Order: sequence, then structure tokens, then C-alpha cells
Amino acid sequence: MNACKFCGQPATIHLTDILQKQKSETHLCEACAKAKQIIPDKPGAHFDLQGLVQLVMGGHDSPDAVAPVAQACPACKLKYAEFRAEGRLGCARDYEVFAAPLLTLLERVHRATDHCGKIPVGQRRRMGLRGLKAELDAAIAAERYEEAAELRDRIRQKEGADEPR
Amino acid sequence: MNLDSLLPNLGEWLRGTGPESDVVVSTRIRLARNLAGIPFTTRAGNAQKAEIEQRVREAVAKSDIAPRLEYLSVMGLMPLDRLFLVERQLISRELANALEGPRGVAFDTRESVSVMVNEEDHLRIQVMRSGLALDETWEQIDRIDDCLEARLPYAFHERFGYLTACPTNVGTGMRASVMLHLPALGITKQIEKVFKALQKINLVVRGLYGEGSRASGDFYQISNQVTLGKSEPRLLTEIREVIAMILQYERQARTVLLKERRQNEHDRVARAIGTLGSATMITAEETMELLSAVRLGVSLRLLDDLPATTLNQLFIHTQSAHLQKLAGKHLDGEDRNAERAKYLRNRLRDLGAGQG
Repeated sequence: MNACKFCGQPATIHLTDILQKQKSETHLCEACAKAKQIIPDKPGAHFDLQGLVQLVMGGHDSPDAVAPVAQACPACKLKYAEFRAEGRLGCARDYEVFAAPLLTLLERVHRATDHCGKIPVGQRRRMGLRGLKAELDAAIAAERYEEAAELRDRIRQKEGADEPR
Repeated sequence: MNLDSLLPNLGEWLRGTGPESDVVVSTRIRLARNLAGIPFTTRAGNAQKAEIEQRVREAVAKSDIAPRLEYLSVMGLMPLDRLFLVERQLISRELANALEGPRGVAFDTRESVSVMVNEEDHLRIQVMRSGLALDETWEQIDRIDDCLEARLPYAFHERFGYLTACPTNVGTGMRASVMLHLPALGITKQIEKVFKALQKINLVVRGLYGEGSRASGDFYQISNQVTLGKSEPRLLTEIREVIAMILQYERQARTVLLKERRQNEHDRVARAIGTLGSATMITAEETMELLSAVRLGVSLRLLDDLPATTLNQLFIHTQSAHLQKLAGKHLDGEDRNAERAKYLRNRLRDLGAGQG
């Protein structure tokens, strides 16, 4: 059995982190995981990002290399260091300003970096092919098959036009 | 709105009906949304929070969201009323007490829809249903989301999806939770195995009000952890498949209990209702544990029929804010435990339960 990284007690929580085919494991006991707030002990917090960020990003592979901790968002003035300390972003623009380290984080948390799901109705019209595909998904999910067939035809048309032959 | 008028109602999630209600208490989906062009709540000043509140109130009032929602400012509420809304799962503890500045919640009289304003994200839209109803819940919240979006442009990114204050919610911004009552898996000590399997597939298990993994009264919430890279229907399908499996395990375990330990279970259930009907002091935790046993007893037909609605009412009315509202006075510690025991004694006597 693995021992807790912090106190040496038998570990019951195991975090496995795979990034760029490098696997690393962290073992914790429940008490330390709670103390470090990696698992929640109060309602609301599904899972504390701050604890996790500090734990998984403590290594050499730190994204701080790409985003200096002092770098600040020109819109909301949030510094990357503050995000690391608090686990909350300050505004929409932060997703662009801190894109590089966030991509690493999203890959770790979600094992994905691209949204694939609902798109606001207002946005779909401006998004061309991707928007149409999102509308198609929505139509199928809602069992609006007539609309779905129409959308499928429009997507085929567009794809045909985009593909060089 | 006078919150006391909600007291006799049970709210949607405790209605005790709906598909698979022998095991599934309720289904809940929430969407995290932020308005474009305004900093997230943690970086917003009070003037900006007031602007958000104003815009959401207007959007809610003018949109044709069904059912109709009424807005309540949290700042104008007494602590007891705030806790009351937390117990009814209409607002989070954070919105009630931890956060500051203009904030509030819009909800309907059935308590199936709630829109929290200026929580961690500008909007936390939530729809609840009794029993297992992921599709219906999603359809309703999807429509409400469209209605609000038509009047409130959201912060949305072509690559990252709906932008949220915490990157763990980005993408769909969706968290779907199913609340389960799993007493037989608890008794037969298989619950840990089930949870280990869940962790492997990125689902989270929490207690009723989120208190760590050891849930009181064998109530557990199962929800998706990932919000990015998968569509909403796909995430819901993943949860649905897992729930189907857990339902099967729980029902198998109940069958085994009846077959192999009927006498023991009968005794445990009879003692539970006996304690509930005769204690003179009782904590909320003990009440939960005992009501859980009674609920199982009813489901296994070891007890005379007590409708799920009645059990749910005993459960919600013995929560601290509800109890104090019913008693019409502030109660601390031991007084509260005495009042809870008194309430249970009276109710069970009226119901004629626990005899024979």
C-alpha cells in the first residue's frame, strides 16, 4: 500500500496525472486530502482547484515558465499568481491572457481542451460550419428530426464547397 | 414573498414520486453562466454586482420562462430565512453567508427552478425534479437557458465554451446530479466498491448537503466531474448508464437483505421508528440515520405503509431552520434537539406509525 505524501499514513486517495505521456502519481490519506482541500468537506465546493493546482503543478513542468506569475490581465488586473492562490479567474479575457497554462490545467482536469456541446443561439449563426454542427446536435438531442435533416443538408453543402477537389 | 408560506410545501425534489423513486430521490442539473463584458463575481465591485442583479431581474421578469420566477434579494433576508432556503436546496451556503454584496435567487413556487445571481458565477441556473429524470430536467434547463440568453449575452468562447470563474466548470458549465438512497449497499458493505468504480470514470460522489464521502442517512449525490470536451447529452448518457448500474446493485442488495437477514432488518427498522416516536432529544444526524432505516423498511414492506412524501416531510421539517420556523422561535443546541424530538413524537403519533 502507498503511504500518504504528507503524513505517511496509508493512502486512500490516489491521483494519477498523465501529461504528454508522462505519468505521475500522488497518494494521500483522507485527512490530508481534506486538510489540503483536495476533496471537499463543505457543501458547494465540488473540488478545490487551488489545492489541486498547487499539488499537480508543483513540479518542474510548471506552466509558470510560460506564464510569469506576475503577468496580469489588462482587463481585470488579475495576476496569474492570484489565480494560483485562489483558484478563480477574474474575467472572460483571462482565458486568452493565461491560455498557455490554462490549457495544461484543462487537459489535466477535463482531459480535453475544446468545448463540444451547446453553443448560444446568438453565437451559432456567427460560427459557420461549427455552429451548424452544434445546431444539428441540439436538434437531434431534442428529437426535432425535420430540422435536423435540413441542417444536415446545409452542412453537406458547406463541406462540399469547402473541400478542394 | 413571505417564505413562511413555503413551509407546508415539500418542494419539487422532496415530492417523493417520479421514476425509480424507491432509490432515486431527485435529479438536479445546474448551468454556470456569466454575462459578457463584466468581470466574474469575485472581481466585480458592488456597483457591477448591482448591475448584474438588475439585468437578470429584468430578463427574468420579461422573458417567458415557464414556470414564472420570483426574485428574492439575499441581502434583505434574515439569517434564519437564508438557512431555510439552503435547506430547501434553492441556494448554496456560499450565497447565503460567505459571499458579499448584491446577490439573490429567482425561483418558482413549486421550487423546481432556481436562478442564483452573483454566486461564484453571475448565474447559476438550476432545475430539480423528483425521481430519475435527466432528460426532462435537461430539456427544461436548456429552454430556460435559451430564454435568458436571448436577453443576457453570455461570456462564450469558440474554443472553451461557456466561460466560468473556475476552469473546472468551463465548457458546458453543466453539473448534473442524481441523489440516491443506498441503504442496502451500505449495510452489505458494497458501497465503497461502487464508489471506487465511479471515481475511475470521473463521476463524483457527495453526501446530501455535500459533507464529504460518508453521507449521512445513506443519501448520496452522483454527478459529473468533467464539463469540457463532451456534449451535454453525452455527459448525461454517461451518468444515466452509471445510475442504472447502481440501481441494479442496490435492488439486488435489498433482495439479499430480505432473503438472508429479514428478521434483523425488521428489528432494526422497528427500533428506528420506535426511537423516532419516543426520543425526548434527538440530533439532525440521528434523525437522518433513523429515517433512512424507516425508508428502507417501507420499501421492503417491513413496515406499514408510510408514504415517501410523509417521510420526506419529516426529514425536511427536522432541519434546523425549518424546525425553528415551525416552533416560531429561535432555538439553540439542546433546545433544538428537544424540539426536534417533540415534533417527531407528535407527527408519528398523529400518523399512528410504529404500532404493532
